[in-house]
Amino acid sequence: MKIVMAIIKPFKLDEVRDALTSLGIHGLTVTEVRGYGRQKGHTEIYRGAEYAVSFLPKVKIEVAVPGDQVERVIGAIVGAAKTGQIGDGKIFVMSLEHAVRIRTGEADADAL
Amino acid sequence: MTFAHPVRAGLLSAAVGLAAIAGFADMALAQATAAAPAVADKGDTAWMLTSTLLVLLMIVPGLALFYGGLVRSKNMLSVLTQVLAVACLSMLMWVAIGYSLAFTEGSPFIGGFAKSFLAGVAKDTVNSGGTIPEYVFFAFQMTFASITPALALGAFAERTKFSATLLFALLWGILVYYPIAHMVWQSDGYLMKLGALDFAGGTVVHINAGIAGLVGALIVGKRVGFGKDLMAPHSLTLTFTGGALLWIGWFGFNAGSALAANDVAALALVNTLLATAAAALSWMFVEWAAKGKASLLGTVSGVIAGLVAITPAAGLVGPIGGIVLGLVGGAVSFFFCTTVKNAFGYDDTADVFGVHGVAGIVGSIGTGVFVSASLGGVGVENYDMATQVWNQIVAVIIAIVWCGVISAIIFKVIDLTIGLRPATDAEREGLDITDHGERAYNM
Repeated sequence: MKIVMAIIKPFKLDEVRDALTSLGIHGLTVTEVRGYGRQKGHTEIYRGAEYAVSFLPKVKIEVAVPGDQVERVIGAIVGAAKTGQIGDGKIFVMSLEHAVRIRTGEADADAL
Repeated sequence: MTFAHPVRAGLLSAAVGLAAIAGFADMALAQATAAAPAVADKGDTAWMLTSTLLVLLMIVPGLALFYGGLVRSKNMLSVLTQVLAVACLSMLMWVAIGYSLAFTEGSPFIGGFAKSFLAGVAKDTVNSGGTIPEYVFFAFQMTFASITPALALGAFAERTKFSATLLFALLWGILVYYPIAHMVWQSDGYLMKLGALDFAGGTVVHINAGIAGLVGALIVGKRVGFGKDLMAPHSLTLTFTGGALLWIGWFGFNAGSALAANDVAALALVNTLLATAAAALSWMFVEWAAKGKASLLGTVSGVIAGLVAITPAAGLVGPIGGIVLGLVGGAVSFFFCTTVKNAFGYDDTADVFGVHGVAGIVGSIGTGVFVSASLGGVGVENYDMATQVWNQIVAVIIAIVWCGVISAIIFKVIDLTIGLRPATDAEREGLDITDHGERAYNM
Protein backbone atom coordinates (compact mmCIF):
# COMPACT_ATOMS: atom_id res chain seq x y z
CA MET A 1 0.00 0.00 0.00
CA LYS A 2 1.12 3.55 -0.69
CA ILE A 3 0.17 7.06 0.33
CA VAL A 4 0.07 9.40 -2.64
CA MET A 5 0.43 13.00 -1.51
CA ALA A 6 -0.02 15.75 -4.08
CA ILE A 7 0.36 19.52 -3.74
CA ILE A 8 -1.79 21.13 -6.41
CA LYS A 9 -3.28 24.44 -7.46
CA PRO A 10 -6.46 25.06 -5.45
CA PHE A 11 -8.68 25.55 -8.48
CA LYS A 12 -7.66 22.11 -9.81
CA LEU A 13 -9.09 20.24 -6.82
CA ASP A 14 -12.44 19.31 -8.38
CA GLU A 15 -10.86 18.02 -11.59
CA VAL A 16 -8.43 15.88 -9.59
CA ARG A 17 -11.24 14.51 -7.46
CA ASP A 18 -13.27 13.59 -10.56
CA ALA A 19 -10.25 11.89 -12.14
CA LEU A 20 -9.61 9.81 -9.02
CA THR A 21 -13.27 8.90 -8.60
CA SER A 22 -13.31 7.58 -12.17
CA LEU A 23 -10.45 5.24 -11.18
CA GLY A 24 -12.56 3.86 -8.34
CA ILE A 25 -10.72 5.67 -5.56
CA HIS A 26 -13.19 6.05 -2.69
CA GLY A 27 -11.44 8.27 -0.16
CA LEU A 28 -9.41 11.43 -0.21
CA THR A 29 -8.16 13.89 2.41
CA VAL A 30 -7.74 17.57 1.51
CA THR A 31 -5.78 20.24 3.41
CA GLU A 32 -5.34 23.91 2.57
CA VAL A 33 -1.62 24.62 2.77
CA ARG A 34 0.84 27.37 1.89
CA GLY A 35 4.31 26.98 0.52
CA TYR A 36 6.70 27.75 -2.24
CA GLY A 37 8.67 25.92 -4.90
CA ARG A 38 9.92 27.37 -8.15
CA GLN A 39 6.92 29.67 -8.44
CA LYS A 40 7.74 33.13 -7.13
CA GLY A 41 5.40 34.89 -4.72
CA HIS A 42 3.87 38.30 -5.28
CA THR A 43 3.99 41.75 -3.72
CA GLU A 44 1.11 43.23 -1.76
CA ILE A 45 0.95 46.99 -1.17
CA TYR A 46 -1.18 48.57 1.56
CA ARG A 47 -0.71 52.34 1.29
CA GLY A 48 2.99 52.76 2.05
CA ALA A 49 3.62 49.22 3.31
CA GLU A 50 4.90 46.69 0.77
CA TYR A 51 4.99 43.00 1.66
CA ALA A 52 6.60 40.23 -0.39
CA VAL A 53 4.28 37.24 -0.07
CA SER A 54 6.45 34.22 -0.80
CA PHE A 55 4.15 31.47 0.51
CA LEU A 56 1.35 30.81 -1.91
CA PRO A 57 -1.90 29.00 -1.16
CA LYS A 58 -2.05 25.41 -2.40
CA VAL A 59 -4.18 22.36 -1.73
CA LYS A 60 -2.63 19.16 -0.42
CA ILE A 61 -4.47 15.91 -1.16
CA GLU A 62 -3.61 12.58 0.42
CA VAL A 63 -4.93 9.29 -0.89
CA ALA A 64 -4.13 5.75 0.30
CA VAL A 65 -4.08 3.19 -2.54
CA PRO A 66 -3.08 -0.44 -3.13
CA GLY A 67 0.46 -0.70 -4.50
CA ASP A 68 -0.62 -1.83 -7.97
CA GLN A 69 -2.77 1.28 -8.51
CA VAL A 70 -0.08 3.86 -7.73
CA GLU A 71 0.98 4.58 -11.33
CA ARG A 72 -2.63 5.00 -12.51
CA VAL A 73 -3.38 7.35 -9.61
CA ILE A 74 -0.27 9.42 -10.36
CA GLY A 75 -1.27 9.54 -14.02
CA ALA A 76 -4.77 10.69 -13.15
CA ILE A 77 -3.52 13.47 -10.85
CA VAL A 78 -0.94 14.69 -13.35
CA GLY A 79 -3.52 14.63 -16.12
CA ALA A 80 -6.06 16.61 -14.12
CA ALA A 81 -3.81 19.08 -12.28
CA LYS A 82 -1.43 20.06 -15.07
CA THR A 83 -1.69 23.52 -16.59
CA GLY A 84 1.85 23.62 -17.96
CA GLN A 85 2.53 26.77 -15.96
CA ILE A 86 5.07 27.05 -13.17
CA GLY A 87 3.45 26.28 -9.79
CA ASP A 88 1.43 23.21 -10.84
CA GLY A 89 2.72 21.40 -7.77
CA LYS A 90 4.34 18.04 -6.92
CA ILE A 91 3.44 14.45 -6.11
CA PHE A 92 5.13 12.43 -3.36
CA VAL A 93 4.64 8.70 -2.84
CA MET A 94 5.28 7.03 0.52
CA SER A 95 5.03 3.48 1.80
CA LEU A 96 2.02 2.72 3.97
CA GLU A 97 2.57 -0.01 6.61
CA HIS A 98 -0.86 -0.54 8.02
CA ALA A 99 -4.44 0.72 7.72
CA VAL A 100 -7.59 0.16 9.81
CA ARG A 101 -11.20 1.20 9.17
CA ILE A 102 -12.40 2.46 12.55
CA ARG A 103 -16.08 1.48 12.21
CA THR A 104 -15.56 -2.20 11.31
CA GLY A 105 -12.00 -2.97 12.34
CA GLU A 106 -11.18 -4.14 8.78
CA ALA A 107 -7.45 -3.94 8.11
CA ASP A 108 -5.03 -3.06 5.29
CA ALA A 109 -6.37 -3.54 1.72
CA ASP A 110 -9.93 -4.09 3.02
CA ALA A 111 -9.77 -0.78 4.85
CA LEU A 112 -8.88 1.32 1.78
CA MET B 1 -21.13 78.26 14.06
CA THR B 2 -19.61 80.37 11.39
CA PHE B 3 -23.01 81.59 10.37
CA ALA B 4 -24.36 82.40 13.79
CA HIS B 5 -23.37 86.03 13.41
CA PRO B 6 -24.45 86.77 9.86
CA VAL B 7 -27.85 85.39 10.81
CA ARG B 8 -28.01 87.59 13.87
CA ALA B 9 -26.81 90.57 11.82
CA GLY B 10 -29.51 89.82 9.24
CA LEU B 11 -32.26 89.87 11.86
CA LEU B 12 -30.96 93.16 13.21
CA SER B 13 -30.83 94.86 9.81
CA ALA B 14 -34.33 93.61 9.01
CA ALA B 15 -35.56 95.10 12.26
CA VAL B 16 -33.84 98.42 11.52
CA GLY B 17 -35.23 98.51 7.98
CA LEU B 18 -38.72 97.86 9.25
CA ALA B 19 -38.41 100.63 11.80
CA ALA B 20 -37.22 103.13 9.17
CA ILE B 21 -40.25 102.45 6.99
CA ALA B 22 -42.81 102.39 9.76
CA GLY B 23 -41.55 105.42 11.63
CA PHE B 24 -40.65 106.12 15.22
CA ALA B 25 -43.84 104.89 16.85
CA ASP B 26 -43.52 101.48 15.28
CA MET B 27 -39.82 101.30 16.07
CA ALA B 28 -40.62 100.48 19.67
CA LEU B 29 -42.84 97.67 18.39
CA ALA B 30 -40.06 96.33 16.17
CA GLN B 31 -37.66 96.34 19.06
CA ALA B 32 -40.22 94.56 21.19
CA THR B 33 -40.58 91.95 18.44
CA ALA B 34 -36.80 91.53 18.19
CA ALA B 35 -36.58 91.13 21.94
CA ALA B 36 -39.16 88.30 21.97
CA PRO B 37 -37.65 84.90 22.81
CA ALA B 38 -36.27 83.10 19.76
CA VAL B 39 -38.27 80.13 18.57
CA ALA B 40 -36.72 77.11 16.86
CA ASP B 41 -37.48 76.56 13.18
CA LYS B 42 -39.06 73.16 12.52
CA GLY B 43 -37.25 72.52 9.23
CA ASP B 44 -33.86 73.49 10.63
CA THR B 45 -34.48 71.39 13.71
CA ALA B 46 -35.47 68.34 11.68
CA TRP B 47 -32.30 68.56 9.58
CA MET B 48 -30.07 69.09 12.62
CA LEU B 49 -31.61 66.11 14.46
CA THR B 50 -30.81 64.05 11.37
CA SER B 51 -27.29 65.51 11.06
CA THR B 52 -26.53 64.69 14.68
CA LEU B 53 -27.36 61.03 14.11
CA LEU B 54 -25.41 61.00 10.82
CA VAL B 55 -22.27 62.07 12.71
CA LEU B 56 -22.94 59.30 15.25
CA LEU B 57 -23.13 56.91 12.27
CA MET B 58 -19.65 58.09 11.29
CA ILE B 59 -18.29 56.94 14.66
CA VAL B 60 -20.21 53.70 15.18
CA PRO B 61 -20.09 51.76 13.07
CA GLY B 62 -18.31 53.86 10.37
CA LEU B 63 -14.97 54.80 11.89
CA ALA B 64 -14.81 51.68 14.06
CA LEU B 65 -15.13 49.39 11.03
CA PHE B 66 -12.86 51.53 8.85
CA TYR B 67 -10.05 51.26 11.41
CA GLY B 68 -10.97 47.72 12.46
CA GLY B 69 -10.50 46.37 8.96
CA LEU B 70 -7.05 47.97 8.76
CA VAL B 71 -5.60 46.14 11.77
CA ARG B 72 -4.70 42.48 12.19
CA SER B 73 -7.54 40.15 13.19
CA LYS B 74 -6.06 39.68 16.69
CA ASN B 75 -6.66 43.40 17.42
CA MET B 76 -10.05 43.86 15.74
CA LEU B 77 -12.09 43.96 18.95
CA SER B 78 -9.62 46.25 20.68
CA VAL B 79 -10.13 48.87 17.97
CA LEU B 80 -13.92 48.49 18.03
CA THR B 81 -14.00 48.71 21.83
CA GLN B 82 -11.63 51.68 21.98
CA VAL B 83 -13.64 53.68 19.45
CA LEU B 84 -16.97 52.84 21.11
CA ALA B 85 -15.83 53.46 24.68
CA VAL B 86 -13.93 56.67 23.89
CA ALA B 87 -17.00 58.03 22.05
CA CYS B 88 -19.25 57.22 25.03
CA LEU B 89 -16.80 58.71 27.53
CA SER B 90 -16.51 61.86 25.41
CA MET B 91 -20.29 62.28 25.45
CA LEU B 92 -20.50 62.24 29.24
CA MET B 93 -17.51 64.58 29.48
CA TRP B 94 -19.28 66.91 27.03
CA VAL B 95 -22.37 67.27 29.21
CA ALA B 96 -20.29 67.63 32.38
CA ILE B 97 -17.89 70.39 31.29
CA GLY B 98 -17.00 70.11 27.60
CA TYR B 99 -19.94 71.97 26.10
CA SER B 100 -19.58 74.76 28.61
CA LEU B 101 -15.81 75.11 28.20
CA ALA B 102 -16.13 75.19 24.41
CA PHE B 103 -19.31 77.21 23.88
CA THR B 104 -19.65 79.78 26.65
CA GLU B 105 -18.01 83.17 26.90
CA GLY B 106 -14.71 83.23 28.70
CA SER B 107 -11.16 84.01 27.65
CA PRO B 108 -10.05 83.87 24.00
CA PHE B 109 -8.71 80.36 24.68
CA ILE B 110 -11.32 78.62 26.83
CA GLY B 111 -14.90 79.18 27.97
CA GLY B 112 -16.31 79.01 31.47
CA PHE B 113 -18.36 76.61 33.55
CA ALA B 114 -21.68 78.46 33.19
CA LYS B 115 -23.37 75.63 31.27
CA SER B 116 -21.80 72.68 33.10
CA PHE B 117 -24.27 69.77 33.21
CA LEU B 118 -26.44 71.83 30.84
CA ALA B 119 -27.15 74.46 33.49
CA GLY B 120 -29.58 77.04 32.11
CA VAL B 121 -30.44 74.99 29.03
CA ALA B 122 -34.09 74.01 28.84
CA LYS B 123 -36.40 72.42 26.28
CA ASP B 124 -37.34 75.76 24.75
CA THR B 125 -33.83 77.32 24.77
CA VAL B 126 -32.62 78.18 21.26
CA ASN B 127 -28.94 78.13 20.31
CA SER B 128 -27.15 81.48 20.33
CA GLY B 129 -28.13 83.48 17.25
CA GLY B 130 -29.62 80.40 15.61
CA THR B 131 -32.90 78.63 14.91
CA ILE B 132 -32.57 75.22 16.56
CA PRO B 133 -33.16 74.07 20.14
CA GLU B 134 -29.97 74.37 22.16
CA TYR B 135 -30.35 70.68 23.04
CA VAL B 136 -29.85 69.85 19.37
CA PHE B 137 -26.87 72.21 19.05
CA PHE B 138 -25.40 70.65 22.19
CA ALA B 139 -25.91 67.12 20.86
CA PHE B 140 -24.61 67.93 17.37
CA GLN B 141 -21.42 69.42 18.82
CA MET B 142 -21.17 66.47 21.21
CA THR B 143 -20.81 64.06 18.30
CA PHE B 144 -17.88 66.17 17.02
CA ALA B 145 -16.19 66.06 20.42
CA SER B 146 -16.71 62.28 20.41
CA ILE B 147 -15.35 61.47 16.97
CA THR B 148 -12.16 63.55 17.29
CA PRO B 149 -10.31 61.54 19.99
CA ALA B 150 -11.65 58.35 18.37
CA LEU B 151 -10.02 59.44 15.08
CA ALA B 152 -6.67 59.88 16.81
CA LEU B 153 -6.77 56.33 18.25
CA GLY B 154 -6.12 54.81 14.83
CA ALA B 155 -2.55 56.12 14.76
CA PHE B 156 -1.40 54.13 17.80
CA ALA B 157 -3.79 51.18 17.51
CA GLU B 158 -2.62 47.58 18.02
CA ARG B 159 -0.12 48.51 20.74
CA THR B 160 -1.78 50.78 23.30
CA LYS B 161 -3.45 49.54 26.48
CA PHE B 162 -7.21 50.01 26.67
CA SER B 163 -6.91 51.86 29.99
CA ALA B 164 -4.37 54.23 28.42
CA THR B 165 -6.71 55.08 25.53
CA LEU B 166 -9.49 56.00 27.99
CA LEU B 167 -7.18 58.21 30.05
CA PHE B 168 -5.94 59.82 26.82
CA ALA B 169 -9.50 60.65 25.77
CA LEU B 170 -10.26 62.14 29.18
CA LEU B 171 -7.22 64.42 29.37
CA TRP B 172 -7.09 65.28 25.69
CA GLY B 173 -10.72 66.40 25.54
CA ILE B 174 -10.22 68.83 28.40
CA LEU B 175 -6.78 70.16 27.49
CA VAL B 176 -6.88 70.11 23.68
CA TYR B 177 -10.33 69.69 22.11
CA TYR B 178 -12.37 72.09 24.26
CA PRO B 179 -9.83 74.94 24.02
CA ILE B 180 -9.38 74.61 20.26
CA ALA B 181 -13.13 74.28 19.62
CA HIS B 182 -13.58 77.45 21.73
CA MET B 183 -10.83 79.33 19.91
CA VAL B 184 -12.25 78.48 16.47
CA TRP B 185 -16.02 78.45 16.91
CA GLN B 186 -17.00 80.60 19.90
CA SER B 187 -17.62 84.29 19.21
CA ASP B 188 -14.92 85.44 21.66
CA GLY B 189 -12.46 82.71 20.55
CA TYR B 190 -8.99 83.79 19.50
CA LEU B 191 -9.09 82.30 16.00
CA MET B 192 -12.72 83.32 15.42
CA LYS B 193 -11.78 86.93 16.14
CA LEU B 194 -8.73 86.61 13.93
CA GLY B 195 -11.05 85.75 11.06
CA ALA B 196 -9.82 82.21 10.43
CA LEU B 197 -12.44 80.14 8.60
CA ASP B 198 -13.30 76.58 9.59
CA PHE B 199 -16.73 75.60 8.34
CA ALA B 200 -17.08 72.10 9.79
CA GLY B 201 -13.93 71.30 11.71
CA GLY B 202 -10.79 71.13 9.55
CA THR B 203 -8.61 72.48 12.36
CA VAL B 204 -10.78 71.51 15.35
CA VAL B 205 -11.38 67.91 14.30
CA HIS B 206 -9.00 66.76 11.61
CA ILE B 207 -5.72 68.62 12.12
CA ASN B 208 -6.28 68.13 15.83
CA ALA B 209 -6.83 64.36 15.50
CA GLY B 210 -4.01 64.01 12.96
CA ILE B 211 -1.44 65.74 15.14
CA ALA B 212 -2.57 63.92 18.31
CA GLY B 213 -2.31 60.67 16.37
CA LEU B 214 1.18 61.42 15.10
CA VAL B 215 2.43 62.45 18.54
CA GLY B 216 0.85 59.31 19.99
CA ALA B 217 2.42 57.06 17.36
CA LEU B 218 5.85 58.59 18.06
CA ILE B 219 5.63 58.40 21.87
CA VAL B 220 3.92 55.01 22.11
CA GLY B 221 6.48 53.70 19.62
CA LYS B 222 6.34 51.21 16.79
CA ARG B 223 4.40 47.96 16.93
CA VAL B 224 6.46 44.89 17.79
CA GLY B 225 7.73 43.53 14.47
CA PHE B 226 7.01 46.73 12.52
CA GLY B 227 8.88 46.64 9.22
CA LYS B 228 9.59 42.90 9.56
CA ASP B 229 6.30 41.09 10.12
CA LEU B 230 3.37 41.01 7.74
CA MET B 231 0.92 43.63 9.04
CA ALA B 232 -1.57 43.58 6.20
CA PRO B 233 -5.11 44.82 6.95
CA HIS B 234 -7.22 41.84 8.03
CA SER B 235 -10.36 42.88 6.17
CA LEU B 236 -10.44 45.55 3.51
CA THR B 237 -14.09 44.56 3.02
CA LEU B 238 -14.87 46.00 6.45
CA THR B 239 -12.63 49.00 5.77
CA PHE B 240 -14.65 49.65 2.61
CA THR B 241 -17.91 49.30 4.54
CA GLY B 242 -16.70 51.66 7.27
CA GLY B 243 -15.36 54.14 4.71
CA ALA B 244 -18.68 54.18 2.87
CA LEU B 245 -20.55 54.79 6.15
CA LEU B 246 -18.13 57.62 6.93
CA TRP B 247 -18.92 59.25 3.60
CA ILE B 248 -22.67 58.99 4.19
CA GLY B 249 -22.37 60.23 7.77
CA TRP B 250 -20.16 63.11 6.66
CA PHE B 251 -23.21 64.84 5.16
CA GLY B 252 -24.36 65.38 8.73
CA PHE B 253 -20.90 66.61 9.63
CA ASN B 254 -20.54 69.06 6.73
CA ALA B 255 -24.02 70.01 5.60
CA GLY B 256 -25.13 69.91 9.24
CA SER B 257 -22.51 72.54 10.07
CA ALA B 258 -24.74 75.07 8.34
CA LEU B 259 -26.87 74.61 11.50
CA ALA B 260 -29.91 75.06 9.28
CA ALA B 261 -31.71 73.42 6.35
CA ASN B 262 -30.79 76.11 3.86
CA ASP B 263 -28.73 77.09 0.81
CA VAL B 264 -25.47 76.81 2.76
CA ALA B 265 -26.28 73.21 3.69
CA ALA B 266 -27.05 72.52 0.02
CA LEU B 267 -23.67 73.89 -1.06
CA ALA B 268 -21.93 71.85 1.63
CA LEU B 269 -23.73 68.72 0.44
CA VAL B 270 -22.69 69.25 -3.19
CA ASN B 271 -19.09 69.88 -2.12
CA THR B 272 -19.10 66.79 0.10
CA LEU B 273 -19.98 64.72 -2.96
CA LEU B 274 -17.77 66.33 -5.60
CA ALA B 275 -14.59 66.99 -3.61
CA THR B 276 -14.72 63.44 -2.30
CA ALA B 277 -15.14 61.91 -5.74
CA ALA B 278 -12.24 64.03 -7.02
CA ALA B 279 -9.96 63.00 -4.15
CA ALA B 280 -10.80 59.30 -4.53
CA LEU B 281 -9.84 59.37 -8.21
CA SER B 282 -6.83 61.56 -7.48
CA TRP B 283 -5.38 59.05 -4.99
CA MET B 284 -6.34 56.12 -7.22
CA PHE B 285 -4.66 57.45 -10.37
CA VAL B 286 -1.55 58.73 -8.58
CA GLU B 287 -1.13 55.33 -6.90
CA TRP B 288 -1.77 53.57 -10.21
CA ALA B 289 0.97 55.63 -11.84
CA ALA B 290 3.43 55.33 -8.93
CA LYS B 291 2.88 51.72 -7.81
CA GLY B 292 1.49 50.08 -10.92
CA LYS B 293 -1.93 49.16 -9.54
CA ALA B 294 -5.10 50.99 -8.56
CA SER B 295 -6.03 49.63 -5.12
CA LEU B 296 -9.28 49.57 -3.19
CA LEU B 297 -7.54 50.74 -0.02
CA GLY B 298 -6.04 53.65 -1.96
CA THR B 299 -9.38 54.65 -3.45
CA VAL B 300 -11.17 54.46 -0.09
CA SER B 301 -8.31 56.41 1.52
CA GLY B 302 -8.82 59.03 -1.19
CA VAL B 303 -12.50 59.23 -0.21
CA ILE B 304 -11.53 60.00 3.39
CA ALA B 305 -8.81 62.46 2.35
CA GLY B 306 -11.33 64.29 0.17
CA LEU B 307 -13.91 64.43 2.96
CA VAL B 308 -11.28 65.84 5.30
CA ALA B 309 -10.01 68.39 2.78
CA ILE B 310 -13.50 69.74 2.06
CA THR B 311 -14.55 69.84 5.74
CA PRO B 312 -13.24 73.35 6.56
CA ALA B 313 -14.42 74.59 3.16
CA ALA B 314 -17.74 72.80 2.68
CA GLY B 315 -20.13 75.77 2.92
CA LEU B 316 -17.60 78.39 1.87
CA VAL B 317 -16.12 77.37 -1.50
CA GLY B 318 -17.85 76.74 -4.81
CA PRO B 319 -18.17 73.22 -6.25
CA ILE B 320 -15.26 73.68 -8.66
CA GLY B 321 -13.04 75.01 -5.89
CA GLY B 322 -14.11 71.99 -3.86
CA ILE B 323 -13.05 69.64 -6.64
CA VAL B 324 -9.61 71.31 -6.75
CA LEU B 325 -9.28 70.90 -2.97
CA GLY B 326 -10.20 67.23 -3.34
CA LEU B 327 -7.69 66.61 -6.14
CA VAL B 328 -4.88 68.24 -4.17
CA GLY B 329 -5.89 66.63 -0.86
CA GLY B 330 -5.96 63.11 -2.34
CA ALA B 331 -2.58 63.39 -4.04
CA VAL B 332 -0.79 65.06 -1.12
CA SER B 333 -2.20 62.54 1.37
CA PHE B 334 -1.00 59.67 -0.84
CA PHE B 335 2.48 61.20 -0.86
CA PHE B 336 2.51 61.48 2.95
CA CYS B 337 1.11 57.98 3.57
CA THR B 338 3.72 56.38 1.32
CA THR B 339 6.88 58.38 0.71
CA VAL B 340 7.01 60.63 3.78
CA LYS B 341 5.92 57.97 6.28
CA ASN B 342 8.49 55.50 4.96
CA ALA B 343 11.23 58.13 4.92
CA PHE B 344 10.71 59.00 8.59
CA GLY B 345 9.83 55.46 9.64
CA TYR B 346 7.06 56.32 12.13
CA ASP B 347 4.35 53.73 12.68
CA ASP B 348 0.99 55.45 12.12
CA THR B 349 -1.20 52.32 12.05
CA ALA B 350 -4.21 53.74 10.22
CA ASP B 351 -2.46 56.79 8.69
CA VAL B 352 -4.37 59.25 10.85
CA PHE B 353 -1.72 61.91 10.31
CA GLY B 354 -1.22 61.15 6.62
CA VAL B 355 -4.93 61.39 5.87
CA HIS B 356 -6.58 63.58 8.52
CA GLY B 357 -3.67 65.80 9.48
CA VAL B 358 -2.34 66.38 5.98
CA ALA B 359 -5.65 66.70 4.11
CA GLY B 360 -6.91 68.86 6.99
CA ILE B 361 -4.00 71.26 6.49
CA VAL B 362 -4.54 71.30 2.71
CA GLY B 363 -8.25 72.01 3.20
CA SER B 364 -7.80 74.64 5.89
CA ILE B 365 -5.28 76.66 3.91
CA GLY B 366 -7.09 76.03 0.62
CA THR B 367 -10.29 77.41 2.15
CA GLY B 368 -8.55 80.79 2.36
CA VAL B 369 -7.99 80.69 -1.40
CA PHE B 370 -11.21 79.20 -2.74
CA VAL B 371 -13.56 81.15 -0.46
CA SER B 372 -12.77 84.00 -2.85
CA ALA B 373 -15.87 85.11 -4.74
CA SER B 374 -13.72 85.43 -7.88
CA LEU B 375 -12.98 81.69 -7.62
CA GLY B 376 -16.62 80.73 -7.08
CA GLY B 377 -16.61 80.86 -3.28
CA VAL B 378 -19.16 82.59 -1.09
CA GLY B 379 -16.73 85.42 -0.33
CA VAL B 380 -15.85 87.15 2.91
CA GLU B 381 -16.38 90.80 3.77
CA ASN B 382 -13.26 92.90 2.95
CA TYR B 383 -11.66 89.80 1.44
CA ASP B 384 -7.98 89.84 0.65
CA MET B 385 -6.54 86.51 -0.38
CA ALA B 386 -3.12 87.00 1.17
CA THR B 387 -4.61 88.10 4.50
CA GLN B 388 -7.14 85.29 4.54
CA VAL B 389 -4.57 82.63 3.64
CA TRP B 390 -2.27 84.02 6.32
CA ASN B 391 -5.09 83.83 8.89
CA GLN B 392 -5.71 80.23 7.85
CA ILE B 393 -2.00 79.42 8.24
CA VAL B 394 -1.94 81.03 11.68
CA ALA B 395 -4.94 78.91 12.73
CA VAL B 396 -3.25 75.76 11.42
CA ILE B 397 0.01 76.56 13.22
CA ILE B 398 -1.76 77.35 16.49
CA ALA B 399 -3.71 74.10 16.28
CA ILE B 400 -0.54 72.11 15.48
CA VAL B 401 1.52 73.66 18.27
CA TRP B 402 -1.21 73.60 20.92
CA CYS B 403 -2.27 70.06 20.11
CA GLY B 404 1.29 68.80 19.54
CA VAL B 405 2.78 70.11 22.76
CA ILE B 406 -0.13 69.25 25.05
CA SER B 407 -0.69 65.83 23.46
CA ALA B 408 3.00 65.03 24.00
CA ILE B 409 2.69 65.96 27.68
CA ILE B 410 -0.47 63.86 28.02
CA PHE B 411 1.14 60.78 26.47
CA LYS B 412 4.24 61.19 28.65
CA VAL B 413 2.13 61.53 31.79
CA ILE B 414 0.15 58.39 30.91
CA ASP B 415 3.39 56.53 30.16
CA LEU B 416 4.82 57.47 33.57
CA THR B 417 1.64 56.66 35.51
CA ILE B 418 -0.49 53.77 34.24
CA GLY B 419 1.74 53.00 31.24
CA LEU B 420 0.95 53.22 27.53
CA ARG B 421 1.96 49.82 26.25
CA PRO B 422 0.99 46.27 27.09
CA ALA B 423 3.73 43.69 27.76
CA THR B 424 5.47 42.56 24.57
CA ASP B 425 4.03 39.05 24.94
CA ALA B 426 0.53 40.49 25.32
CA GLU B 427 1.01 42.64 22.23
CA ARG B 428 2.17 39.58 20.27
CA GLU B 429 -0.84 37.58 21.40
CA GLY B 430 -3.17 40.42 20.43
CA LEU B 431 -5.10 42.97 22.46
CA ASP B 432 -8.45 41.23 21.85
CA ILE B 433 -7.48 38.40 24.19
CA THR B 434 -5.21 40.28 26.59
CA ASP B 435 -7.27 43.46 27.05
CA HIS B 436 -10.79 42.21 26.42
CA GLY B 437 -10.76 38.42 26.90
CA GLU B 438 -12.52 37.64 23.63
CA ARG B 439 -11.80 36.93 20.00
CA ALA B 440 -13.29 38.61 16.93
CA TYR B 441 -13.61 35.50 14.80
CA ASN B 442 -14.24 32.04 16.24
CA MET B 443 -14.13 29.93 13.11
